[in-house]
Amino acid sequence: MARGAFAESGADLQLVGIKKRFPGFTAIENLDLTIPAGSFFALLGPSGCGKTTTLRLVAGLEEPTEGQIIIGGKDVTKTKPFQRPVNTVFQSYALFPHMTILENVAFGLRRRKIGDPVAKAHEALRLVELDHLAARRPAQLSGGQQQRVALARAVVNRPALLLLDEPLGALDLKLRRQMQLELKSIQTEVGLTFVHVTHDQEEAMTMADTVAVMNKGEIEQMGAPAVLYELPATVFVANFLGQSNLFVGPILDGGGDVLGVDVAGQRIQVPRSRAQRHTGNVTVGVRPEKLTLHPDPSGIPSGANLLGPGRVIDVSFSGVSTQYLVDVPGAGTIVVFAQNLSSGPVASLGGEVWIAWDPSHTFVLADEPPADGRFADDSDTQMIATQAKERMLTELEEA
Amino acid sequence: MALAAFSTAAPPTQDQEPAQRRRSGIALVLLLPGVLYLVLFFLTPLVSLIITSFQTPVVDGDIGQYQAAFQWQNYTDAIAEYWPQIIRSFVYAIIATAAALVISYPLAYFIGVKVRKYPLVQNLLMTLVIAPFFISFLLRTLAWKQLLSDDSWFTSSLKALSILPPDAHVTGTAFSVIFGLTYNFIPFMTLPLYSTLERLDVRYLEAGSDLYASAWTTFRKITIPLSMPGIVSGTLLTFIPAAGDYINASQDFLGGADTSMIGNVIETNFLVLQNYPTAAAMSVVLMAVILVIVGVYVKRSGTEDLL
Amino acid sequence: MSTTTTTTTRPSGQAARPGPNRSARPARFRFKGLGLGVYSFLALAFLLIPIVYTFIYSFNDALKNNIAWRGFTFRNWTNVCDAAGICDAFMASIIIGIIATVVATVLGTMIAIALMRYRFRFRSQTSLLLFLPMASPEVVLGAGLAAQFLSLGVNKGFGTIIIAHVMFCISFVVVTVKARVASLDPALEEAGRDLYGSPVAVFWRITFPLLLPGILSAALLSFSLSFDDFIITNFNAGAVTTFPMYIYIAASRGIPAQANVIASAVFIITILVVLITQLTAAARAKRLAKNVG
Repeated sequence: MARGAFAESGADLQLVGIKKRFPGFTAIENLDLTIPAGSFFALLGPSGCGKTTTLRLVAGLEEPTEGQIIIGGKDVTKTKPFQRPVNTVFQSYALFPHMTILENVAFGLRRRKIGDPVAKAHEALRLVELDHLAARRPAQLSGGQQQRVALARAVVNRPALLLLDEPLGALDLKLRRQMQLELKSIQTEVGLTFVHVTHDQEEAMTMADTVAVMNKGEIEQMGAPAVLYELPATVFVANFLGQSNLFVGPILDGGGDVLGVDVAGQRIQVPRSRAQRHTGNVTVGVRPEKLTLHPDPSGIPSGANLLGPGRVIDVSFSGVSTQYLVDVPGAGTIVVFAQNLSSGPVASLGGEVWIAWDPSHTFVLADEPPADGRFADDSDTQMIATQAKERMLTELEEA
Repeated sequence: MALAAFSTAAPPTQDQEPAQRRRSGIALVLLLPGVLYLVLFFLTPLVSLIITSFQTPVVDGDIGQYQAAFQWQNYTDAIAEYWPQIIRSFVYAIIATAAALVISYPLAYFIGVKVRKYPLVQNLLMTLVIAPFFISFLLRTLAWKQLLSDDSWFTSSLKALSILPPDAHVTGTAFSVIFGLTYNFIPFMTLPLYSTLERLDVRYLEAGSDLYASAWTTFRKITIPLSMPGIVSGTLLTFIPAAGDYINASQDFLGGADTSMIGNVIETNFLVLQNYPTAAAMSVVLMAVILVIVGVYVKRSGTEDLL
Repeated sequence: MSTTTTTTTRPSGQAARPGPNRSARPARFRFKGLGLGVYSFLALAFLLIPIVYTFIYSFNDALKNNIAWRGFTFRNWTNVCDAAGICDAFMASIIIGIIATVVATVLGTMIAIALMRYRFRFRSQTSLLLFLPMASPEVVLGAGLAAQFLSLGVNKGFGTIIIAHVMFCISFVVVTVKARVASLDPALEEAGRDLYGSPVAVFWRITFPLLLPGILSAALLSFSLSFDDFIITNFNAGAVTTFPMYIYIAASRGIPAQANVIASAVFIITILVVLITQLTAAARAKRLAKNVG
């Protein structure tokens, strides 16, 4: 890293064949990733999926067991952190408690012997609107302020690559939303490449240009947030990003632009372009907010996918929408989100309903469906409770 | 562990995950000087002791001159002659350790659990606990000798109340030696206990109460098991030095004619009689017992918690 | 089921809160607290009795020995060095203490950092090696070193005392500094490296300043241990007399009151240092907390 020079703009990041093993477990199986310069990239996944390890590998805080890391065309795999044009905003902020926040921000500049570090540090603090507190120690700032100082400390160095490790995790909801907007605007303003690691899918989708969903050390799917959400490729992505209703069934006919899948005796249509598999037993799914409830099949437009009749076993009001759980024999428990356009629920508990949706919202996933043809019961507590209630009611009726 | 309480820092948080520790050559550079020093001046002396314990006197030589040999009879002779002191040392040490535990535990509990709301007070109280360290150990023990001597008001009152017969002594007895040992080792016992109790999560005790346990049951089944690491540390740090102490048992201090311990034997043989092999043999015996005790502990709990 | 054995009561209408419920402690708990408080006060008083005794008797208008109280005087404090050899012994202890502290603190701090931050083989053996000097009886340590010096033909004196003191102080330094290193967020050093700090820069600008309180604690502990050590010193002193040795030798014929003076003075200074450190740290923390936001 040339001393004294800022990066002109963000740089490309390339991870080639990365493998990372720790004593006792493998954090990253096989990672290939290219992040274009200047983009806001989110690495999304549950805890333990390897996303933080990936970040630390890029920063140089860990060495890969195998593979290469290439920044801006240069292979930096063997270099130390202080030799890489990369800065990190840590999850715990890691502000130096024995220095003022001005000295914190100036730290990187001083190490690189950049001229006039104090003035540049003030400028960075002004960017995050904390210049008036420059003489304070980190312990005297609130969580949100500390987070902004951590950001300023990294950004002031104009690194080719800025890594953010779940930086908003410790903030309350309102502050988090505010910071999401600020981070996005700073990134656009300064033009750096941001790599943001998080387990919060809403955060990733709001802020990033590109999202990569990571699971057990591998990337399951990568693309624009909308694409990932509307067209998930795997069961994991379908369940991790938002919620999905998933069914298993054989493909009935495969010719033409539209495929038909047998779900609970009904023919469900899927556009061929939205199917990852075209033959055999497949997992087919649809998002809950795409579904509509109808008291009888007559009101349903022709050409729509249809499941039913089913019985409403749970109604949950949550302000913006109402969540319905509908039990359809042969298809399982289906989740439906209905926007509360009018006050009062569309269907009542115990009522008989049909579920319909536009076929263009259906998707077929790439996974091999489970051998027994059924999914394991959802591990969501509400689902477990509702299904248990259902079983008890059925037993009572039969008794 | 023990002396964490000494530092003025915030209570330590969890140890770094082993996976996060870096493998580096720097570790060796940092370790080598200190470790080498200990090997040279701790391990090697122990080896010296073992070698010396087998030596025989130089024929026609001066007192204090010995030659290399393998006279294992030194051990049997020493044990045969000094077995009363050996037994006595361990008995005194056990009683003193038990007494120190009983005295220190409530104190450590009070400071570590009851006063948790006021960390500054906690620090001040712990400073008082270790305050005896800052005044000479010998003077402390001498002070007790005076305070327990025949003409002190303490002893006089006991005699006046007929608790003691008129011609009895308090000093020079097993009681005064054990008393001195207990007193001097209370801080050694309190520090590790405090360290553990300070980190005890009170909510476990509340959960116990919530689940219908009486205060005594909660103490017995929750508090004591959870504070076991501190109890074990404190016991080790008290029993071992106590077994080897000789100041308290010395006749100039709190001891009498028949209170001598292993430490006195070693001192007399080494510094006065210049009977190095016997002194060394006794040292090795003492050290061996201690190594066995530490070995049992390490086997059960590993070495990570030692320091 | 009988609930008479429960000792916590919840005020009606209040949902169970997580965390210690301080305001509603029922009477029995409060009484127990009081009982423990009284006990602790008595226990602490018991611990301090010899200190008070020593301090009071430093003002005794004593002749040869300092056993019977003869009258109050400041003479001992103003003429401290009147007792023959006492000031030499005191200076010897001070010098030995300073040198041993510096060496032990440096060696011990390096070990503590290595233990906390780095992986290496023989880790458990090193821990054991560091633990044993703390656990071994002083008699064994003293006799062992003396035997070794004897077999090597080394003359006993200042050097051997310092060697001995460093040996048993290292472990205590390691324990104290290790506790401080444990409370140091490793992310801070990582941030230093991330912000272009070379390993040397990270150590001097981040690790060392944050470790300093622990290092100073360790140094103070080390000095106290060295200054007060008798048994190991006695075995390895040769012709040199340290302050504790002076006291031991004088014990049989009568300890001059000046010994009480010196011991009391050392005690007062040490306690003041510790108290001032704690109070200033607490005051600073309070001041910082007030300015948050």
